[in-house]
Amino acid sequence: MTTKNTEQTPDGMRGFFVRLGRLDRRWIFLAMGLSIAVPILLKLRFPEVPGPMARATFDSIESLPDGSRVLLSFDFDPASKAELQPMANALVHHCASKGHKIVFMALWPLGKQMADQAIKEVLLEYHGDKYEYGTDYVQLGFKAGNEGVIKVLTTNVAEAYPTDASGAAASGLPLIADVRDLGSFDLVSTVSAGYPGAKEWVQYGRESMKPEARLTSGSTGVQASQLFPYYPAQLNGLLVAVKGAAEYETLVTEKYPVDRNSERLEQGRIRMGPQLVAHLLMIALIVLGNIAMIASRGTQGGAR
Amino acid sequence: MLRRTIPMLILASAGLLLIVAKFSPFTVSWQETVLGWFNILAAVAFVLGAGNLLAVNLEQISSRRPGWAYAAITLFAFAVTLVVGMFKVGAVPNGMHPDIHLAGAHDVPQAPFGWIYDYMLVPLTSTMFAMLAFYVASAAFRAFRAKNIEAILLLGTAFIILLSQTAAGMFLTGWIPEDSVFSFLRLDVMKRGITEHVQTAGMRAITIGIALGVAATSLRLIFGIDKSYLSKT
Repeated sequence: MTTKNTEQTPDGMRGFFVRLGRLDRRWIFLAMGLSIAVPILLKLRFPEVPGPMARATFDSIESLPDGSRVLLSFDFDPASKAELQPMANALVHHCASKGHKIVFMALWPLGKQMADQAIKEVLLEYHGDKYEYGTDYVQLGFKAGNEGVIKVLTTNVAEAYPTDASGAAASGLPLIADVRDLGSFDLVSTVSAGYPGAKEWVQYGRESMKPEARLTSGSTGVQASQLFPYYPAQLNGLLVAVKGAAEYETLVTEKYPVDRNSERLEQGRIRMGPQLVAHLLMIALIVLGNIAMIASRGTQGGAR
Repeated sequence: MLRRTIPMLILASAGLLLIVAKFSPFTVSWQETVLGWFNILAAVAFVLGAGNLLAVNLEQISSRRPGWAYAAITLFAFAVTLVVGMFKVGAVPNGMHPDIHLAGAHDVPQAPFGWIYDYMLVPLTSTMFAMLAFYVASAAFRAFRAKNIEAILLLGTAFIILLSQTAAGMFLTGWIPEDSVFSFLRLDVMKRGITEHVQTAGMRAITIGIALGVAATSLRLIFGIDKSYLSKT
Protein backbone atom coordinates (compact mmCIF):
# COMPACT_ATOMS: atom_id res chain seq x y z
CA MET A 1 0.00 0.00 0.00
CA THR A 2 2.31 2.71 -1.14
CA THR A 3 1.43 6.18 -2.26
CA LYS A 4 2.89 6.96 -5.65
CA ASN A 5 4.31 10.42 -5.88
CA THR A 6 5.87 10.71 -9.28
CA GLU A 7 4.75 14.32 -9.87
CA GLN A 8 6.48 17.34 -8.40
CA THR A 9 4.58 18.46 -5.33
CA PRO A 10 4.74 21.75 -3.40
CA ASP A 11 6.22 21.85 0.11
CA GLY A 12 4.46 22.39 3.43
CA MET A 13 0.79 22.01 4.19
CA ARG A 14 -0.19 22.45 0.55
CA GLY A 15 2.09 19.64 -0.45
CA PHE A 16 0.58 17.44 2.24
CA PHE A 17 -2.92 17.96 0.83
CA VAL A 18 -1.71 17.44 -2.73
CA ARG A 19 -0.22 14.08 -1.69
CA LEU A 20 -3.42 13.33 0.22
CA GLY A 21 -5.33 13.72 -3.03
CA ARG A 22 -3.27 10.85 -4.45
CA LEU A 23 -4.06 8.60 -1.50
CA ASP A 24 -4.32 4.94 -2.40
CA ARG A 25 -7.95 3.89 -2.27
CA ARG A 26 -7.13 0.93 -0.03
CA TRP A 27 -6.49 3.34 2.86
CA ILE A 28 -10.04 4.61 2.36
CA PHE A 29 -11.36 1.05 2.34
CA LEU A 30 -9.47 0.38 5.57
CA ALA A 31 -10.88 3.52 7.19
CA MET A 32 -14.42 2.58 6.16
CA GLY A 33 -13.95 -0.96 7.45
CA LEU A 34 -12.72 0.30 10.81
CA SER A 35 -15.47 2.92 11.05
CA ILE A 36 -18.02 0.11 10.76
CA ALA A 37 -16.22 -2.61 12.72
CA VAL A 38 -15.16 -0.58 15.77
CA PRO A 39 -18.66 0.73 16.66
CA ILE A 40 -20.03 -2.81 16.22
CA LEU A 41 -17.38 -4.28 18.52
CA LEU A 42 -17.78 -1.47 21.06
CA LYS A 43 -21.58 -1.75 20.79
CA LEU A 44 -21.96 2.01 20.38
CA ARG A 45 -25.57 3.04 20.97
CA PHE A 46 -27.21 6.43 20.67
CA PRO A 47 -30.66 7.66 21.73
CA GLU A 48 -33.23 7.91 18.93
CA VAL A 49 -35.84 10.64 18.70
CA PRO A 50 -38.75 9.32 16.58
CA GLY A 51 -39.65 11.52 13.63
CA PRO A 52 -43.11 12.17 12.20
CA MET A 53 -42.97 9.35 9.64
CA ALA A 54 -42.10 6.73 12.25
CA ARG A 55 -44.80 8.10 14.53
CA ALA A 56 -47.35 7.96 11.71
CA THR A 57 -46.46 4.30 11.06
CA PHE A 58 -46.72 3.50 14.75
CA ASP A 59 -50.06 5.32 15.08
CA SER A 60 -51.48 3.58 12.00
CA ILE A 61 -51.03 0.19 13.61
CA GLU A 62 -51.68 1.32 17.15
CA SER A 63 -55.03 2.91 16.30
CA LEU A 64 -56.47 -0.30 14.82
CA PRO A 65 -58.80 -2.25 17.09
CA ASP A 66 -57.09 -5.21 18.76
CA GLY A 67 -57.37 -8.36 16.67
CA SER A 68 -57.62 -6.58 13.31
CA ARG A 69 -56.70 -8.54 10.19
CA VAL A 70 -53.46 -7.27 8.66
CA LEU A 71 -51.50 -8.19 5.53
CA LEU A 72 -47.70 -7.95 5.71
CA SER A 73 -45.90 -8.18 2.38
CA PHE A 74 -42.18 -8.94 2.54
CA ASP A 75 -40.91 -7.48 -0.71
CA PHE A 76 -37.17 -7.75 -0.24
CA ASP A 77 -34.36 -10.29 -0.25
CA PRO A 78 -31.11 -10.95 1.65
CA ALA A 79 -29.28 -8.16 -0.18
CA SER A 80 -31.43 -5.61 1.69
CA LYS A 81 -31.82 -7.67 4.83
CA ALA A 82 -29.42 -5.56 6.91
CA GLU A 83 -31.47 -2.47 6.16
CA LEU A 84 -35.00 -3.86 6.22
CA GLN A 85 -35.19 -6.88 8.53
CA PRO A 86 -35.00 -4.71 11.71
CA MET A 87 -38.12 -2.76 10.75
CA ALA A 88 -39.85 -5.97 9.64
CA ASN A 89 -39.17 -7.52 13.04
CA ALA A 90 -40.46 -4.44 14.86
CA LEU A 91 -43.54 -4.41 12.64
CA VAL A 92 -44.35 -8.05 13.42
CA HIS A 93 -43.79 -7.48 17.14
CA HIS A 94 -46.05 -4.42 17.08
CA CYS A 95 -48.86 -6.22 15.24
CA ALA A 96 -48.58 -9.26 17.50
CA SER A 97 -48.53 -7.13 20.66
CA LYS A 98 -51.85 -5.67 19.52
CA GLY A 99 -53.19 -9.16 18.88
CA HIS A 100 -53.69 -8.50 15.16
CA LYS A 101 -54.28 -11.50 12.91
CA ILE A 102 -51.36 -11.53 10.51
CA VAL A 103 -51.25 -12.76 6.92
CA PHE A 104 -47.71 -12.92 5.48
CA MET A 105 -46.97 -12.84 1.76
CA ALA A 106 -44.14 -11.88 -0.60
CA LEU A 107 -43.81 -10.35 -4.06
CA TRP A 108 -40.09 -11.17 -4.12
CA PRO A 109 -38.95 -14.80 -4.52
CA LEU A 110 -36.86 -14.70 -1.35
CA GLY A 111 -39.31 -12.56 0.60
CA LYS A 112 -40.89 -15.71 1.96
CA GLN A 113 -37.64 -16.63 3.72
CA MET A 114 -37.45 -13.12 5.16
CA ALA A 115 -40.97 -13.51 6.52
CA ASP A 116 -40.12 -16.97 7.87
CA GLN A 117 -37.29 -15.44 9.84
CA ALA A 118 -39.54 -12.77 11.35
CA ILE A 119 -42.11 -15.43 12.23
CA LYS A 120 -39.53 -17.62 13.92
CA GLU A 121 -37.45 -14.96 15.66
CA VAL A 122 -40.20 -12.55 16.68
CA LEU A 123 -43.73 -13.87 16.33
CA LEU A 124 -43.13 -17.33 17.80
CA GLU A 125 -40.33 -16.19 20.12
CA TYR A 126 -42.33 -13.48 21.91
CA HIS A 127 -45.93 -14.33 21.09
CA GLY A 128 -45.85 -18.06 20.39
CA ASP A 129 -48.17 -18.81 23.31
CA LYS A 130 -51.08 -16.90 21.78
CA TYR A 131 -50.40 -17.30 18.05
CA GLU A 132 -51.63 -20.45 16.35
CA TYR A 133 -51.05 -21.14 12.67
CA GLY A 134 -54.17 -20.90 10.54
CA THR A 135 -56.27 -18.95 13.02
CA ASP A 136 -53.90 -16.18 14.16
CA TYR A 137 -51.33 -16.08 11.38
CA VAL A 138 -50.84 -17.53 7.92
CA GLN A 139 -47.80 -17.65 5.65
CA LEU A 140 -48.94 -17.39 2.02
CA GLY A 141 -45.41 -17.17 0.65
CA PHE A 142 -44.19 -15.90 -2.70
CA LYS A 143 -46.34 -15.52 -5.77
CA ALA A 144 -44.88 -14.68 -9.18
CA GLY A 145 -46.51 -11.88 -11.18
CA ASN A 146 -45.23 -8.65 -9.61
CA GLU A 147 -47.96 -5.99 -9.64
CA GLY A 148 -50.25 -8.52 -11.36
CA VAL A 149 -50.51 -10.32 -8.02
CA ILE A 150 -51.66 -7.11 -6.33
CA LYS A 151 -54.24 -6.57 -9.08
CA VAL A 152 -55.67 -10.04 -8.51
CA LEU A 153 -55.68 -9.53 -4.73
CA THR A 154 -57.90 -6.51 -5.27
CA THR A 155 -60.64 -8.79 -6.61
CA ASN A 156 -59.93 -12.35 -5.54
CA VAL A 157 -57.36 -13.43 -2.95
CA ALA A 158 -58.16 -17.11 -3.45
CA GLU A 159 -57.29 -16.83 -7.14
CA ALA A 160 -53.81 -15.54 -6.32
CA TYR A 161 -53.31 -17.81 -3.33
CA PRO A 162 -55.39 -21.01 -3.51
CA THR A 163 -52.95 -22.52 -0.99
CA ASP A 164 -50.59 -21.28 1.69
CA ALA A 165 -46.80 -21.59 1.39
CA SER A 166 -46.83 -25.20 2.61
CA GLY A 167 -49.47 -26.22 0.08
CA ALA A 168 -52.41 -26.40 2.49
CA ALA A 169 -55.73 -25.27 0.98
CA ALA A 170 -56.50 -21.66 1.90
CA SER A 171 -60.15 -22.59 2.36
CA GLY A 172 -59.11 -24.76 5.32
CA LEU A 173 -57.36 -21.91 7.14
CA PRO A 174 -59.90 -19.99 9.25
CA LEU A 175 -57.98 -16.71 9.11
CA ILE A 176 -58.25 -16.40 5.32
CA ALA A 177 -61.13 -18.74 4.51
CA ASP A 178 -63.58 -15.83 4.32
CA VAL A 179 -61.18 -13.30 2.82
CA ARG A 180 -62.49 -12.10 -0.52
CA ASP A 181 -60.14 -9.29 -1.51
CA LEU A 182 -57.92 -6.54 -0.16
CA GLY A 183 -60.99 -4.90 1.35
CA SER A 184 -60.94 -7.64 4.00
CA PHE A 185 -57.79 -6.21 5.57
CA ASP A 186 -57.59 -3.33 8.03
CA LEU A 187 -53.94 -2.73 7.32
CA VAL A 188 -51.58 -3.56 4.49
CA SER A 189 -47.91 -3.04 5.21
CA THR A 190 -45.08 -3.69 2.80
CA VAL A 191 -41.40 -3.84 3.64
CA SER A 192 -39.98 -3.04 0.27
CA ALA A 193 -36.58 -2.89 -1.41
CA GLY A 194 -37.71 -1.87 -4.91
CA TYR A 195 -39.81 -3.30 -7.71
CA PRO A 196 -42.32 -4.76 -7.08
CA GLY A 197 -42.96 -3.11 -3.76
CA ALA A 198 -44.41 -0.10 -2.01
CA LYS A 199 -44.96 1.95 -5.16
CA GLU A 200 -46.96 -0.86 -6.77
CA TRP A 201 -49.01 -1.36 -3.60
CA VAL A 202 -49.97 2.33 -3.73
CA GLN A 203 -50.68 2.32 -7.46
CA TYR A 204 -52.64 -0.93 -7.71
CA GLY A 205 -53.74 -1.86 -4.21
CA ARG A 206 -54.65 1.34 -2.37
CA GLU A 207 -57.90 2.12 -4.14
CA SER A 208 -59.31 -1.35 -3.42
CA MET A 209 -58.76 -1.13 0.31
CA LYS A 210 -61.42 0.04 2.74
CA PRO A 211 -61.36 3.86 3.05
CA GLU A 212 -60.54 3.60 6.74
CA ALA A 213 -57.86 0.92 6.21
CA ARG A 214 -54.19 1.88 6.45
CA LEU A 215 -51.34 1.31 4.04
CA THR A 216 -47.82 1.69 5.42
CA SER A 217 -44.40 0.93 4.06
CA GLY A 218 -40.84 0.43 5.15
CA SER A 219 -38.27 1.06 2.47
CA THR A 220 -34.58 1.28 1.72
CA GLY A 221 -33.00 4.72 1.74
CA VAL A 222 -32.37 4.52 -2.01
CA GLN A 223 -36.03 3.83 -2.80
CA ALA A 224 -37.49 6.34 -0.35
CA SER A 225 -37.40 9.32 -2.71
CA GLN A 226 -39.89 7.52 -4.98
CA LEU A 227 -42.28 7.11 -2.06
CA PHE A 228 -42.23 10.58 -0.50
CA PRO A 229 -44.90 11.87 -2.95
CA TYR A 230 -47.34 9.25 -1.60
CA TYR A 231 -46.91 10.18 2.07
CA PRO A 232 -49.17 10.89 3.96
CA ALA A 233 -52.17 10.78 1.57
CA GLN A 234 -51.80 7.30 0.09
CA LEU A 235 -49.14 5.92 2.43
CA ASN A 236 -50.24 6.45 6.01
CA GLY A 237 -46.79 5.70 7.37
CA LEU A 238 -43.31 5.42 5.93
CA LEU A 239 -40.15 4.04 7.53
CA VAL A 240 -36.99 5.04 5.72
CA ALA A 241 -33.88 2.87 6.01
CA VAL A 242 -32.13 1.96 9.25
CA LYS A 243 -32.90 5.36 10.77
CA GLY A 244 -36.63 4.79 10.30
CA ALA A 245 -36.31 1.29 11.73
CA ALA A 246 -34.45 2.59 14.79
CA GLU A 247 -37.06 5.28 15.43
CA TYR A 248 -39.93 2.82 15.01
CA GLU A 249 -38.21 0.24 17.23
CA THR A 250 -37.90 2.88 19.93
CA LEU A 251 -41.63 3.59 19.81
CA VAL A 252 -42.62 -0.09 19.71
CA THR A 253 -40.32 -1.36 22.46
CA GLU A 254 -41.14 1.57 24.76
CA LYS A 255 -44.81 0.61 24.55
CA TYR A 256 -44.35 -3.17 24.28
CA PRO A 257 -41.08 -4.17 25.95
CA VAL A 258 -39.91 -7.78 25.86
CA ASP A 259 -38.36 -9.71 28.73
CA ARG A 260 -35.79 -11.82 26.80
CA ASN A 261 -33.55 -11.62 23.75
CA SER A 262 -34.40 -7.94 23.46
CA GLU A 263 -31.49 -7.41 21.03
CA ARG A 264 -33.64 -8.90 18.26
CA LEU A 265 -35.84 -5.85 18.51
CA GLU A 266 -32.93 -3.42 18.76
CA GLN A 267 -31.18 -4.24 15.50
CA GLY A 268 -32.04 -0.88 13.94
CA ARG A 269 -30.61 1.02 16.91
CA ILE A 270 -27.55 -1.25 17.00
CA ARG A 271 -26.88 -0.43 13.35
CA MET A 272 -27.12 3.32 13.99
CA GLY A 273 -23.71 3.32 15.76
CA PRO A 274 -21.74 2.20 12.68
CA GLN A 275 -23.93 4.42 10.51
CA LEU A 276 -23.02 7.52 12.55
CA VAL A 277 -19.27 6.88 12.33
CA ALA A 278 -19.46 5.90 8.64
CA HIS A 279 -21.42 9.06 7.79
CA LEU A 280 -18.92 11.22 9.67
CA LEU A 281 -16.11 9.51 7.76
CA MET A 282 -17.91 10.20 4.48
CA ILE A 283 -18.20 13.90 5.36
CA ALA A 284 -14.53 14.01 6.34
CA LEU A 285 -13.54 12.32 3.07
CA ILE A 286 -15.59 14.75 1.00
CA VAL A 287 -14.06 17.75 2.81
CA LEU A 288 -10.52 16.38 2.51
CA GLY A 289 -11.06 15.51 -1.15
CA ASN A 290 -12.13 19.08 -1.87
CA ILE A 291 -9.21 20.57 0.06
CA ALA A 292 -6.88 18.29 -1.91
CA MET A 293 -8.52 19.45 -5.15
CA ILE A 294 -7.98 23.12 -4.22
CA ALA A 295 -4.41 22.45 -3.10
CA SER A 296 -3.55 20.61 -6.29
CA ARG A 297 -4.67 23.41 -8.60
CA GLY A 298 -1.77 24.45 -10.71
CA THR A 299 0.11 21.21 -10.10
CA GLN A 300 0.23 18.16 -12.32
CA GLY A 301 -1.30 14.82 -11.30
CA GLY A 302 -4.06 14.48 -8.70
CA ALA A 303 -6.28 11.86 -7.24
CA ARG A 304 -6.09 8.51 -8.89
CA MET B 1 -48.45 -11.16 -42.23
CA LEU B 2 -47.73 -13.79 -39.55
CA ARG B 3 -44.72 -11.96 -38.21
CA ARG B 4 -46.29 -8.50 -38.00
CA THR B 5 -50.09 -8.51 -38.13
CA ILE B 6 -50.80 -11.29 -35.64
CA PRO B 7 -48.49 -9.92 -32.90
CA MET B 8 -50.06 -6.49 -33.42
CA LEU B 9 -53.55 -7.96 -33.10
CA ILE B 10 -52.61 -9.84 -29.93
CA LEU B 11 -51.09 -6.71 -28.40
CA ALA B 12 -54.01 -4.47 -29.38
CA SER B 13 -56.70 -6.86 -28.16
CA ALA B 14 -54.89 -7.61 -24.87
CA GLY B 15 -54.26 -3.92 -24.22
CA LEU B 16 -57.83 -2.84 -25.00
CA LEU B 17 -59.37 -5.71 -23.03
CA LEU B 18 -57.36 -4.83 -19.93
CA ILE B 19 -58.34 -1.19 -20.19
CA VAL B 20 -62.00 -2.21 -20.44
CA ALA B 21 -61.54 -4.70 -17.57
CA LYS B 22 -60.37 -1.88 -15.35
CA PHE B 23 -63.58 0.10 -15.78
CA SER B 24 -66.26 -2.56 -16.21
CA PRO B 25 -67.36 -4.74 -13.26
CA PHE B 26 -68.45 -7.49 -15.70
CA THR B 27 -64.95 -7.97 -16.99
CA VAL B 28 -62.99 -7.49 -13.79
CA SER B 29 -62.20 -11.22 -13.55
CA TRP B 30 -60.28 -10.97 -16.83
CA GLN B 31 -57.39 -9.56 -14.81
CA GLU B 32 -57.15 -12.91 -13.03
CA THR B 33 -57.10 -14.75 -16.35
CA VAL B 34 -54.37 -12.47 -17.63
CA LEU B 35 -52.29 -13.15 -14.49
CA GLY B 36 -52.52 -16.85 -15.40
CA TRP B 37 -51.23 -16.04 -18.90
CA PHE B 38 -48.49 -13.92 -17.37
CA ASN B 39 -47.35 -16.78 -15.14
CA ILE B 40 -47.23 -19.16 -18.12
CA LEU B 41 -45.22 -16.65 -20.17
CA ALA B 42 -42.93 -16.00 -17.19
CA ALA B 43 -42.31 -19.74 -16.85
CA VAL B 44 -41.40 -19.94 -20.54
CA ALA B 45 -39.16 -16.89 -20.09
CA PHE B 46 -37.36 -18.70 -17.25
CA VAL B 47 -36.61 -21.59 -19.64
CA LEU B 48 -35.41 -19.16 -22.32
CA GLY B 49 -33.30 -17.36 -19.73
CA ALA B 50 -31.74 -20.62 -18.58
CA GLY B 51 -31.00 -21.57 -22.18
CA ASN B 52 -29.38 -18.20 -22.80
CA LEU B 53 -27.32 -18.53 -19.61
CA LEU B 54 -26.06 -21.92 -20.76
CA ALA B 55 -25.29 -20.72 -24.30
CA VAL B 56 -23.37 -17.61 -23.22
CA ASN B 57 -21.33 -19.34 -20.51
CA LEU B 58 -20.59 -22.51 -22.47
CA GLU B 59 -19.35 -20.38 -25.37
CA GLN B 60 -17.11 -18.45 -22.96
CA ILE B 61 -15.68 -21.69 -21.55
CA SER B 62 -15.12 -23.37 -24.92
CA SER B 63 -13.33 -20.33 -26.35
CA ARG B 64 -11.23 -19.96 -23.14
CA ARG B 65 -11.94 -16.24 -23.04
CA PRO B 66 -10.58 -14.31 -20.00
CA GLY B 67 -12.76 -15.07 -16.98
CA TRP B 68 -13.93 -18.44 -18.33
CA ALA B 69 -13.44 -19.94 -14.86
CA TYR B 70 -16.17 -17.63 -13.54
CA ALA B 71 -18.46 -18.94 -16.27
CA ALA B 72 -17.71 -22.50 -15.16
CA ILE B 73 -18.50 -21.62 -11.53
CA THR B 74 -21.74 -19.96 -12.65
CA LEU B 75 -22.83 -23.06 -14.56
CA PHE B 76 -21.84 -25.36 -11.69
CA ALA B 77 -23.81 -23.29 -9.16
CA PHE B 78 -26.76 -23.10 -11.57
CA ALA B 79 -26.81 -26.86 -12.13
CA VAL B 80 -26.51 -27.73 -8.43
CA THR B 81 -29.23 -25.29 -7.38
CA LEU B 82 -31.53 -26.41 -10.19
CA VAL B 83 -31.19 -30.11 -9.40
CA VAL B 84 -31.43 -29.70 -5.62
CA GLY B 85 -34.46 -27.42 -5.93
CA MET B 86 -36.31 -29.17 -8.75
CA PHE B 87 -35.97 -32.69 -7.34
CA LYS B 88 -36.23 -31.54 -3.72
CA VAL B 89 -33.04 -33.38 -2.79
CA GLY B 90 -33.02 -34.21 0.94
CA ALA B 91 -36.46 -32.61 1.49
CA VAL B 92 -37.96 -32.91 4.96
CA PRO B 93 -40.88 -35.38 4.68
CA ASN B 94 -44.38 -33.95 4.78
CA GLY B 95 -46.22 -35.01 7.95
CA MET B 96 -49.44 -35.72 6.05
CA HIS B 97 -47.79 -37.56 3.14
CA PRO B 98 -44.48 -38.95 4.46
CA ASP B 99 -44.22 -41.47 1.60
CA ILE B 100 -44.41 -38.89 -1.16
CA HIS B 101 -40.95 -37.39 -1.57
CA LEU B 102 -42.04 -34.39 -3.65
CA ALA B 103 -44.57 -33.38 -0.98
CA GLY B 104 -41.71 -32.65 1.44
CA ALA B 105 -40.38 -29.21 2.33
CA HIS B 106 -37.13 -28.34 0.57
CA ASP B 107 -36.74 -24.65 1.47
CA VAL B 108 -36.30 -25.21 5.21
CA PRO B 109 -32.97 -24.83 7.08
CA GLN B 110 -32.69 -28.63 7.50
CA ALA B 111 -32.70 -29.39 3.75
CA PRO B 112 -29.86 -28.92 1.20
CA PHE B 113 -31.81 -26.22 -0.64
CA GLY B 114 -32.07 -24.36 2.68
CA TRP B 115 -28.31 -24.77 3.14
CA ILE B 116 -27.69 -23.18 -0.26
CA TYR B 117 -29.92 -20.29 0.80
CA ASP B 118 -28.48 -19.87 4.30
CA TYR B 119 -24.79 -20.48 3.62
CA MET B 120 -24.36 -19.31 0.02
CA LEU B 121 -27.04 -16.91 -1.14
CA VAL B 122 -27.49 -14.85 2.03
CA PRO B 123 -23.76 -14.25 2.69
CA LEU B 124 -23.00 -13.58 -0.99
CA THR B 125 -25.79 -11.07 -1.59
CA SER B 126 -25.16 -9.37 1.76
CA THR B 127 -21.47 -9.07 0.90
CA MET B 128 -22.22 -7.56 -2.49
CA PHE B 129 -24.52 -4.98 -0.90
CA ALA B 130 -22.06 -4.20 1.93
CA MET B 131 -19.23 -3.57 -0.55
CA LEU B 132 -21.15 -0.52 -1.77
CA ALA B 133 -20.08 1.30 1.41
CA PHE B 134 -16.42 1.00 0.43
CA TYR B 135 -16.92 2.10 -3.15
CA VAL B 136 -19.16 5.00 -2.13
CA ALA B 137 -16.52 6.17 0.36
CA SER B 138 -13.82 6.03 -2.30
CA ALA B 139 -16.03 7.83 -4.81
CA ALA B 140 -16.93 10.50 -2.24
CA PHE B 141 -13.23 11.26 -1.73
CA ARG B 142 -12.34 11.36 -5.41
CA ALA B 143 -15.39 12.59 -7.28
CA PHE B 144 -17.59 14.65 -4.94
CA ARG B 145 -16.01 18.01 -5.77
CA ALA B 146 -17.44 21.51 -5.31
CA LYS B 147 -16.59 22.66 -8.82
CA ASN B 148 -19.68 24.76 -9.52
CA ILE B 149 -22.88 26.06 -7.88
CA GLU B 150 -24.86 22.88 -8.63
CA ALA B 151 -22.15 20.71 -7.08
CA ILE B 152 -22.00 22.99 -4.00
CA LEU B 153 -25.78 22.67 -3.56
CA LEU B 154 -25.47 18.90 -3.88
CA LEU B 155 -22.68 18.84 -1.32
CA GLY B 156 -24.63 20.97 1.16
CA THR B 157 -27.66 18.73 0.79
CA ALA B 158 -25.53 15.63 1.25
CA PHE B 159 -24.03 17.01 4.49
CA ILE B 160 -27.48 17.81 5.89
CA ILE B 161 -28.89 14.38 5.03
CA LEU B 162 -25.79 12.48 6.18
CA LEU B 163 -25.78 14.24 9.56
CA SER B 164 -29.53 14.21 10.13
CA GLN B 165 -29.73 10.46 9.41
CA THR B 166 -27.67 9.84 12.56
CA ALA B 167 -27.65 10.90 16.19
CA ALA B 168 -25.18 13.63 15.19
CA GLY B 169 -28.09 15.67 13.86
CA MET B 170 -29.78 15.85 17.24
CA PHE B 171 -26.45 16.27 19.06
CA LEU B 172 -25.44 19.27 16.96
CA THR B 173 -28.75 21.13 16.63
CA GLY B 174 -31.25 19.33 18.86
CA TRP B 175 -30.83 22.01 21.51
CA ILE B 176 -32.57 24.60 19.31
CA PRO B 177 -36.22 24.74 20.46
CA GLU B 178 -38.61 23.43 17.83
CA ASP B 179 -40.98 26.37 18.37
CA SER B 180 -38.34 29.10 18.12
CA VAL B 181 -37.73 31.31 15.09
CA PHE B 182 -34.38 29.55 14.64
CA SER B 183 -35.91 26.09 14.40
CA PHE B 184 -35.14 26.08 10.68
CA LEU B 185 -31.48 25.63 11.66
CA ARG B 186 -32.20 22.25 13.21
CA LEU B 187 -30.82 19.51 10.97
CA ASP B 188 -33.94 17.37 11.30
CA VAL B 189 -36.08 20.34 10.24
CA MET B 190 -33.78 21.03 7.29
CA LYS B 191 -33.92 17.38 6.26
CA ARG B 192 -37.71 17.42 6.46
CA GLY B 193 -37.79 20.57 4.34
CA ILE B 194 -35.55 18.98 1.72
CA THR B 195 -37.44 15.68 1.54
CA GLU B 196 -40.98 17.02 1.84
CA HIS B 197 -40.65 20.01 -0.46
CA VAL B 198 -37.65 19.95 -2.76
CA GLN B 199 -37.31 16.21 -3.26
CA THR B 200 -41.02 15.44 -3.31
CA ALA B 201 -41.75 18.22 -5.81
CA GLY B 202 -39.03 16.94 -8.13
CA MET B 203 -40.11 13.34 -7.74
CA ARG B 204 -43.76 14.22 -8.44
CA ALA B 205 -42.75 15.95 -11.65
CA ILE B 206 -40.70 12.93 -12.72
CA THR B 207 -43.49 10.51 -11.78
CA ILE B 208 -46.14 12.44 -13.68
CA GLY B 209 -43.81 12.71 -16.67
CA ILE B 210 -43.13 8.98 -16.64
CA ALA B 211 -46.85 8.19 -16.32
CA LEU B 212 -47.70 10.41 -19.30
CA GLY B 213 -44.88 8.83 -21.27
CA VAL B 214 -46.04 5.30 -20.43
CA ALA B 215 -49.63 6.15 -21.36
CA ALA B 216 -48.56 7.70 -24.67
CA THR B 217 -46.24 4.80 -25.53
CA SER B 218 -48.91 2.23 -24.59
CA LEU B 219 -51.50 3.91 -26.82
CA ARG B 220 -49.00 4.07 -29.69
CA LEU B 221 -48.35 0.33 -29.29
CA ILE B 222 -52.03 -0.62 -28.92
CA PHE B 223 -53.09 1.35 -31.99
CA GLY B 224 -50.20 0.08 -34.08
CA ILE B 225 -48.48 3.45 -34.51
CA ASP B 226 -45.27 2.22 -32.87
CA LYS B 227 -44.10 -1.03 -34.47
CA SER B 228 -40.52 -0.96 -33.27
CA TYR B 229 -41.00 -4.10 -31.16
CA LEU B 230 -41.78 -6.18 -34.27
CA SER B 231 -39.29 -8.12 -36.31
CA LYS B 232 -38.16 -6.21 -39.39
CA THR B 233 -37.99 -9.33 -41.53
